[in-house]
Amino acid sequence: MGKRELTVDAKIENLNQVLAFLDRRLDELECSMRAKMQIELALEEIFVNVSSYAYNRVGSASQESGKVSISVEDTKDPLSVAVTIIDRGIPFNPLTQQDPDVSLPAEDRRVGGLGIYMVKKSMDHVRYEFKDGQNILTFRKDL
Amino acid sequence: MLNITKTVNDKELTIALEGRLDTVTSPVLESELQNSLDGIEKLIMDMKNLQYISSAGLRVLLTAQKAMNKQGCMVVKNASDDIKEIFDVTGFSDILTIE
Repeated sequence: MGKRELTVDAKIENLNQVLAFLDRRLDELECSMRAKMQIELALEEIFVNVSSYAYNRVGSASQESGKVSISVEDTKDPLSVAVTIIDRGIPFNPLTQQDPDVSLPAEDRRVGGLGIYMVKKSMDHVRYEFKDGQNILTFRKDL
Repeated sequence: MLNITKTVNDKELTIALEGRLDTVTSPVLESELQNSLDGIEKLIMDMKNLQYISSAGLRVLLTAQKAMNKQGCMVVKNASDDIKEIFDVTGFSDILTIE
């Protein structure tokens, strides 16, 4: 059992660093390739969302990027991994986004919203709260 | 990290993907495709050595599928079970031709 935390600038170019941090922990937990890919994917989708939108204040003079913290926590009973992503950007609950229609033909498909949809579908629990000026998104995968 | 290997056989193009198709690497594949599809009637995406795909990768596959719908066909080959599961969840199994 344990908790690891990483804080980086909310920038897409930090994605590899963020995923490497997650991977190290998942490898220690000897989780399956399937679960590993799903957890990585969930973190990528949320991290990229935060990096793209959380600190993008339209019309704001400040172009400075904000921070995003990622913590990975595991529990033994039941065996699970929970990842929490925290930013201090614009309050935004990605879980209220409408699910995409995954039955449409290619020509009518929109890819927007697909990332969050994949997170909801592949994780066992996803929760969002806005607290003390922070967007806090947690997802958990039972192993 | 993504390696892209292209093999052209007349009007058939095979793109072998090795590594990860994520937010960072997908733009590389997208620009590669933009420059490669002229006169191609069959596009084969070989995913034998692809370990990972995120929504950014799916977006590029959708763009490629739409382009090939106009000029021929596209086939996805050798995808792992984990990647196939992502295609299933997102309804891409209905859009793509998966062999």
